[in-house]
Order: sequence, then C-alpha cells, then structure tokens
Amino acid sequence: MTEKQTTTSAAFFATLKRDLLIAFKKKNDIVNPFMFFIIVVSLFPIGISPESDRLTEIAAGVIWISVLLASMLSMDNLYRSDYEDGSLEQLLLSPHPLFFLVLAKNISHWLVSGLPVVLVSPLLAYMLALPSEAYGTLVLSLLLGTPIMSLLGSIAVALTVGLGSRGLILAVITLPMSVPILIFGTLAVQSTLNSQSPIGYISLMLVMLSVSVSLAPLASAAALKISVN
Amino acid sequence: MSSAAPTTSPNSDTDKIMLAARELFCARDERVLFKNLNFDLPQGQVLQVQGSNGSGKTTLMRILCGLNDSYEGSIKWYGQEIEDQAASFFSSLLYIGHRVGVSKVLTPVENLRWSCSLKQAVSDEQIMDALKEVGLRGFEESPCYTLSAGQQQRVSLARLIISPASLWVLDEPFTTLDTKGVAMLEKIMQRQAQAGGAVMVTTHHSLSIAELTILSLG
Repeated sequence: MTEKQTTTSAAFFATLKRDLLIAFKKKNDIVNPFMFFIIVVSLFPIGISPESDRLTEIAAGVIWISVLLASMLSMDNLYRSDYEDGSLEQLLLSPHPLFFLVLAKNISHWLVSGLPVVLVSPLLAYMLALPSEAYGTLVLSLLLGTPIMSLLGSIAVALTVGLGSRGLILAVITLPMSVPILIFGTLAVQSTLNSQSPIGYISLMLVMLSVSVSLAPLASAAALKISVN
Repeated sequence: MSSAAPTTSPNSDTDKIMLAARELFCARDERVLFKNLNFDLPQGQVLQVQGSNGSGKTTLMRILCGLNDSYEGSIKWYGQEIEDQAASFFSSLLYIGHRVGVSKVLTPVENLRWSCSLKQAVSDEQIMDALKEVGLRGFEESPCYTLSAGQQQRVSLARLIISPASLWVLDEPFTTLDTKGVAMLEKIMQRQAQAGGAVMVTTHHSLSIAELTILSLG
C-alpha cells in the first residue's frame, strides 16, 4: 500500500487540476466576478463625472475597490460546493498535509477569479483616464494584491462554510482584513503618478504576500476542520 | 445512551486488532449519545453499527475518522494513538459519508481521478474497471448531475474497488442502492474482509456476510 501512495505534490496538482476543471465547467464562476468588476468600474464615470481630470484622481482607488468587491463575489465558490457534496471531508481525510491542498485550492481560485481581473485592469485604467506611466505599477500592485485577497478570503470562507445563512458575514470578516492591501495598492499607484518610486509600497505588498502564502493556508486548514466538525 | 459489545465473534482472539475504542463518551447539546462504548475491530471483520435514528451512528463514524473531536475516551489504531501515526492511519482509511464526495459538475472519471489520487496513484484503467464493476459502464463521461442518486452513490463506491485502504468506514452506503447494488456492495465488503481488511458500516439492512459482528447503539 505504501509504495503506491501518492506524493504530496501529486495530490497538490490533482487538487489544482480538479478545481480548475470545475471552474471551467461552471463558467459563471469565472464570468460573474469579471463582469461585475467591469460594470462597477464603468459606473463611476457615469455617476461622478466624465472629465478626465477628476477621473485620474480617483482611478486607482476605484479600480482597487472594485477588485475587492469582485473578489468577495467569487469567494464563496471556494469551499461551498465541496462542503455540500462531501468532497471537503475527503480532502480533510487525505494523508497529505492540508496546507498544500488548501494552497492548491487558493491558487486555482486566484487563477480563475484574480488573474482575469488583473489582466483587464489596464483597459479600465485607460477608461478612467489614468496616465499610461502608472499602468505598470497598477498591474504589478494588483498582481501582488489579488492573491493576498484570495488567501485571506479563504480563511473567512473556511470559517463560515458550515453556517446555514452567511449573507454579509463573509464581507464583514474579509473587507477589514483587506484594508492594508487597499492602502498600499492605491499608494503605490499614486506615488507613480507623483513621479516618485513605488518600490517601497510594492516591497511591502511582496512581504504581505509571502506572509500570507506561508500562514493563511494553515489558518484556512484549521478553520475547515472546525467547520466540518 | 448505551453500552454495547460485539454480540458474535466468529474469529479467534489471535486476530490482529486494527481499531480499538475504549470508554467512548459523546454528548451533543446535553444529550448523551453513547457512553462506556467499547469495541474492537479486528482484521477480517465487518462491524455493523445498528441503532435507532439519532442514536449517534453517524457521529461515531465521524469520530473514528477524526472528523469530529467532541468525544472522550481512547481510539487506538494497531495499539497506538491515531495522532502519533496520522499519515499511516489516513492512508489506510476510506470513508464514505452521507454526502458521498462526488462533485456534480465533474464526470465519474474526473471525480475518481481526484478523490483516489488524494491517497494513492491511480491509473485510468483502474478507474474504468472499477466503474464497470459498480455498473456504471457507459456513464464514464457523463456529468454527475445527469446521474441518479443511486448512480452517484455507485461512483463513490467505485473508490472501494480502487483503493488499497485496509479500513473502510461506510455511513449508510445502502440507502440509495437498488437490490442489485446491495448485493454488489455486500460482495465487495465480504471480499475486503476476506482479504484481511476491515469494514465498519452503519445500515438498517440485515447483511448476509459471514464475517459480520454487530454493535448496537441505544
């Protein structure tokens, strides 16, 4: 039996592949947050002002807040259906460290819900009249910030997955935790606009990402065990 | 509320005890589900857990798998605490609960490819053979939401055929199966017992398996 046992990396990739497969089969998991993001950002020029001066000022903040909201929308997909169909129990009963299996689910979630938003952000930045020299910083900050949101959100989803009616509780737990990312992300873009180097903020986000990658899956795993108990 | 002991023991005492539970106590919402529960599960045995609705059968199964930790008492795996040898215990354990662990959007093959590879390397031929054996030939590539509840249960049971796990913990595996399915599952369980494995199962069926022991909860 032992010689046939899979390695942890095989279990990791099997979980990653499965989650991506599920996401591609349930297309609305991918399309909904993405469409939501584009629509919310498009509402601002209509609601505030189409003048490019005013839009430039708020562009970074609008994009970052919309990314946060869009990520909230997709969060629930992370463990809900697995909890309901019993796959989560199978995951918990694996002989492999739960850390890596949860990390695989988080990575898959980010690839499906975070990455598309990052890729489309320059287009929306153009629409909000953000000067083109700030595109690079915006994309870089989102590239670092969205995985942190997936990892932190995963803890909140894992804690609430066993509750019958979740409603707003997910947002109440996750959004306050996301405030530092929002601050550093928008400040990075602002400093580029003011012709300063954003490197300080970007490095801080990099640190936050490394801490999240190494600690958040542990917290998610512990929370999942409590939820299934 | 119960104290229970195996009623029959066709195997001799020299059999290796896989799982031994001592003085198990579990209460939920101030209601005692079971106390002083002792039992041994030796190799080559099928242990059927019986009891009325709400007597704690599912809770007991989940406690044994480590999914529920609100209990007192000791559970030993080959004479040692489970926490000390978690990896070995979990790779020898196969649990099928009320929620069968089959994702509805995936096909049976995709489901098994994932759930089996959490424990051991599995080839597509093994999966195909197992699906054929549980009577799902022709449904290999259909999404599971197009299958009936009984067929989804069979997808989950195919894991029993693929898995080399020595301990099976099955919670109400017969509920959605037809008569043919019941006979098939009995056959698979008997085969597991004869191969030196052990099965713990909750059901209200009377099983026709030679290696059967019965544990009654309140």
